[in-house]
Amino acid sequence: MKNNDLETQFAELKTKVETLTKEGAENKLSMIMFSGDLDKVLAALIIASGAVAMGMDVVMFFTFWGTPILRDKGKKVGGKDLMGTMFGAMLPKGAGNLKLSKMNMGGMGTAMMKSLMKKKNVASVEEMLAVAGELGVRIYVCEMSMDLMGFTREEMIEYPNMNFCGVATFLEEAKNSKIQLFI
Amino acid sequence: MSEKIKVDKVMDLKGLPCPMPVVKVSKGIKEIEVGQVIEAQTTDPGALTDFPAWARTSGNEILKTDQDEKVITFFIKRKA
Repeated sequence: MKNNDLETQFAELKTKVETLTKEGAENKLSMIMFSGDLDKVLAALIIASGAVAMGMDVVMFFTFWGTPILRDKGKKVGGKDLMGTMFGAMLPKGAGNLKLSKMNMGGMGTAMMKSLMKKKNVASVEEMLAVAGELGVRIYVCEMSMDLMGFTREEMIEYPNMNFCGVATFLEEAKNSKIQLFI
Repeated sequence: MSEKIKVDKVMDLKGLPCPMPVVKVSKGIKEIEVGQVIEAQTTDPGALTDFPAWARTSGNEILKTDQDEKVITFFIKRKA
């Protein structure tokens, strides 16, 4: 009888441990790329590549003002409606076209910062995005943001591991991540 | 330290700012065998705290750190 008790307890514990292992955080960083500001995007990409160096799996979710970062400046797509065309014209066309969140000063501040970065050998957002791709950082793009702003998949950059998704995909990844950041 | 460390791979990371030294060395260490040593030279002052943090997290060992006026040199043994 005592043996039986132990066996039941053991079975219960075993299921508990299994659930905990399944639900436990993985060595992963999930980032929401909400901002389209040059400084914030650069910081986020530096953290992302650093995390890979530290042995972490990294996922970035681009949403809202973050989506135009992934536009390819060389690609042109037609057939957009009025709002889509307007958003397309007003939002940055790609990673090389972002502005500082502070001290932009009509573009002068951003230009100065970019030349300073070059002088000090700091990688640009475009370069860091390429590094992220090489390192295996996975990118998801929010389908709803794209639709809202009239962006199409055809105008996005070629990135080794890029997919389109909704909020559930992010939450599934974030839930199992040790670190989650909102940029 | 008087004994000389046997180096299997030298990485010149001079002039590269954060995060590239750590990113490159994490790639470089995968190109040597476990037990072998990388000599990494960097001019990034942040590396003084970053390399030990990276080594602790990735499970590798910094055998020695040399520092002259400009260049910081790490001798890192691949453990994992």
